[in-house]
Parts: sequence; C-alpha cells; structure tokens
Amino acid sequence: MIARLRQSVPAYLFLLPWLIGLLGLTIGPMLLSLYYSFTDYALLNTPEWTGLHNYTTLFQDSRYLQSLKVTFIYVGVSVPLEMAFALAVAVLLNRGLKGLAVYRALYYVPSLLGGSVAIALLWQQIFGSDGLLNDVLGVFGIHGRGWISEPGTALWTLIVLRVWQFGAPMVIFLAGLRQIPDEVLEAAEVDGAGRWQRFWRVTLPLLSPVVFFNLVLQIIGAFQAFTPAFVISGGKGGPSDSTLFYTLYLYQQAFGNFRMGYAAAMAWVLLLIIAVFTGLNFVLGRTWVFYGDEGARR
Amino acid sequence: MKRLLAHTGLAAGALVMLYPLLWMISASLRPNTEIFEHPGLIPERPTLGNYALGWSSTGTSFGIYLMNSLIICAAVVIGNVLTCSLTAYAFARLRFVGRKTLFGLMLATIMLPGHVTLIAQYSIFRNLNWIDTFWPMIVPSFLATDAFFVFLMVQFIRSIPVELDDAARIDGCGAWGIYRRIILPLLSPALVTTAIFSFIWTWNNFFSQLIYLSTRTRLTVPVALRGFLDATGSSEWGALFAMSVVTLVPVVVVFVIFQRRILAGMAHTGLK
Repeated sequence: MIARLRQSVPAYLFLLPWLIGLLGLTIGPMLLSLYYSFTDYALLNTPEWTGLHNYTTLFQDSRYLQSLKVTFIYVGVSVPLEMAFALAVAVLLNRGLKGLAVYRALYYVPSLLGGSVAIALLWQQIFGSDGLLNDVLGVFGIHGRGWISEPGTALWTLIVLRVWQFGAPMVIFLAGLRQIPDEVLEAAEVDGAGRWQRFWRVTLPLLSPVVFFNLVLQIIGAFQAFTPAFVISGGKGGPSDSTLFYTLYLYQQAFGNFRMGYAAAMAWVLLLIIAVFTGLNFVLGRTWVFYGDEGARR
Repeated sequence: MKRLLAHTGLAAGALVMLYPLLWMISASLRPNTEIFEHPGLIPERPTLGNYALGWSSTGTSFGIYLMNSLIICAAVVIGNVLTCSLTAYAFARLRFVGRKTLFGLMLATIMLPGHVTLIAQYSIFRNLNWIDTFWPMIVPSFLATDAFFVFLMVQFIRSIPVELDDAARIDGCGAWGIYRRIILPLLSPALVTTAIFSFIWTWNNFFSQLIYLSTRTRLTVPVALRGFLDATGSSEWGALFAMSVVTLVPVVVVFVIFQRRILAGMAHTGLK
C-alpha cells in the first residue's frame, strides 16, 4: 500500500491544480450552496438557519412557478424543433452535394454568434414593433405587431433564436452520418427499401446514439439559457413575466434582491430537475438508442 | 435537376439564416434615419459615422472594453491549455490510487450546471476582495475547472502510442519529461482546439462578467454592449449596431481562420 501511494505521488502533482479547483471551486461551493439554501443569507449578514423554509416558499411563489412554466415551454418547444432542423439539414447535406463544406460553415455561423449579447440586441430590433420582421411583412402587405412587447409572442422570439442555432447539433449529426457505411444503405436498397424506409429503418437507428447525445446536451443547455432573455427583456423577464427564465429569476433573487439563500435553493432544485431529465433520457434511451456492437453480440 | 433544386433550397435557407447578420452590418453603415426605412441590404447613403460615434459614446473608449475582454480571454486560454493538459496527462497515462473515482468525478463536473456553485463562489470571491476584478474569470481556468477540455485531451492522449512513452522512459525521462517532450508536442491539435473554444466561449461569456464587473473602465465587451443604450441615454441604433459588429468580428475572424478545426472539434465531441 505504501509503495502504491508512493507511486501515486507524481500523478497527484500533475493533478494538483485540478484537485484544488475541484475542492475549492466545485465541491466546496456546492456544499456551501446547499448550506445557504437552508438559511436566510443576504451576503452581508451571517447566514441564519431557517430549515426548509426557502424550499417551501419556492412552491408558493407565483413568479417562481411562472419561471418554471416559461422554462419548460422553452425547453420543450425549442429543443425538439432545433433537433429536427439539425437532422433534416444534415441529411440533405449528406447526399454528396458539392459545396458541403461551405453550407456547413454558413449554417454553423449562427451557433457561433447566437449566444452573444450583440445577437440578443439584434433580436430585440428584428422583432420590435418597428423592426426588421415587420418591415419585411410590410412588403407583403401584412401588418405586424410588437413581437417582443406582447406577452403572447415574446417567448416565441427566444425560441426562434434558439432554433436559429441548429448548426451546432447539425455538425455533430453530419459527422455521425458519415460513419454509416454506404454498403448498409446499398444493401437496404437492393432489398427494395425506398428512400423513406431507408431513412427510418437504417439511417435513423444507426444514428440514434448521436441523436441521444445531442438531445441530452441540448436539454441541459436549454434549461440554463440566460443571456437572450436577460438582454431582450432588459433584465426583467417581461412583458408580464412571459420571458422569466429560471436562471433569470435566480439572478434577480441573488443579485437584485440579495436573497442568496433563496437563490441557492433555486439552484439546487435546478440541478435536481436537470438530473431527473438527464436520468429520464438515459432510461428512455434504452428503448430507442441502438448501439451496433450490442446487436452483434446477440 | 434534383441537384439544382437541392442547391437552390440550401442556398435560400442559408440566406434566410444569415439575413439578420447581413442586415445588422448594413444597418451599422446607415444614418439613423435610414435604418428602419426599408428592409433591404444596400445602404443608400453609406457612412462610417456610426462607428466613430459608437466607439466613444459610452464615455469610455470601446478600445478599453476590447482590451479588457482580450486580457481575460488570453489568460483563460493560457490557463486552460496549461492546466487541462497536466490533468489530462495524469488521467490518461499515470497510475495512481483513486484514479477511477477521480476520473468519474471529473466527468460528472462536465454536466454540472454552474448555478449550483454560483452563489457560494460569489461569496468566496467577495471575501477574497475579487469583486470588480478579472480574477473570478481567470483563476478558475488555471485550476482546470473546465472539465470538458480535460476530457477532450484525455481522449486525444489515449490515441498517442504508449510505445513513445516507453522509449522516452528508457532514455531516462520521468513523468514530467514524457509530458513535456512527448505528449505536449503531439497533443498540439487538441491544445489548439482548446485554445479556440476557450477564446470564443470566454469572449461571449456574459453571465460571470455581468455579475463580477461593475466599474466602467473594467467592463468587457458583452457587458459594455448591453449597457450601451443606457449609457448613451439615446436610441442611437446605428451606433449600437456598429459596436455589435465590432464585438462579433474577433469571433468571426477566429472562425474563418480555424474553420476546419472548429467544425472537426465540434464533431469529435459528439462521437466517442
């Protein structure tokens, strides 16, 4: 044992920065946040133990419930749409067209820039009542509305912004599609499978691990979206809290009202929600994700 | 014929996708009165006036914000390349007690939402008197907290033949020598990928810069841009778009230069 420990010394020297980070910036703060979530803490006072009070308050807080609703709609609508676009365009691009690299790069550009403040400000202009969209609609004689200033449509502009960034999952789909051997598809064709059948019965099952990976990643990311809602609503989550994302409400509580304990409780619930969704994905994934080697072993 | 149809469709799709960006560039070159006159792309009276106006209209030169962002990005890039490669080397090549557990922990932190550490980190940094400094953005990168890059490098190192390590060991190299002379040079593609993504993500990272920075001369590009209209107290859309374009240029330049590597890096994270 002593010998093994001695043997481990050089490795731990290499790991030293990471270990300090793990303890000091991840595990430590996680536990500290957990403690804060059971306290009344306003940054300047010493945390005061209040038990489960923050958690029970959460579920009577109508703005919190609203933020949950907004976030679930956002995730539930934008992620499937984004994935569908990514897959459809990837399949279109994968048919050996010339200029694949150019299209791939062009479609990826929105993913590259989409998370920035500049694009969020641009969105504010495009969907404003005097904005670009209404100008374009005006050309066709359609009278637009204030897409961002009306509670019925504001969240949809944010959903469009996310779907607009389908290039990132598309690039991953493309790489996955390239790994599917032509022979398999040709064999299916020889067996009389039409294009549609080949897609549903061959391509999609072989691609399912990549679909799964993208889905998990996009859901985790979408739950944590912040910048567009913050910038477009001027930090408020309006109109009428219709764009009050979970993380935005957390920010307001922590850095607007300095209710750090409450915000910490929100963060822990968010972690739980994301964990449940990721876990659910993995469980449900077993029914539809197809790993080739598994089949071979049977 | 079918091909032509596909090309037309894809090109039209790309145009619709990129139209907002093109329109923003065009709007930045138009006088304020012309911006919302028509949805077209060609400015009737093109001017660079918006750029001159935007550059100084927040009371602090935009050059200062760009410099602040650049300093933070450069530091984060160095930190990530340095410490993530050290960590990845240990996980990929060295034997030690607790390797499996620690590796599992490292993987778990990739998926961890940052909010769950946020409040406590803020209070820790506050106690260190680091609020309104660059340290909260920089220090974590020197402690290899971005596990995504560690994972990327571990995968890459595993593809480097172990025989090279053995040969170096026979020549008298220790773990440090192998890391320095064998692994690091061969790892350079993954290091470049790490550097590129560190730069882009840090450049666009709004949240932590928003909560940690407040003095005007210490602001970074995203925070300054978001407060632009408040700071100028007007609706200078043209100037706002001009500065928006300025903030996007570095990312676009990096993308154009390293396009292949970025797209390959994206694809790699999805497979294996």
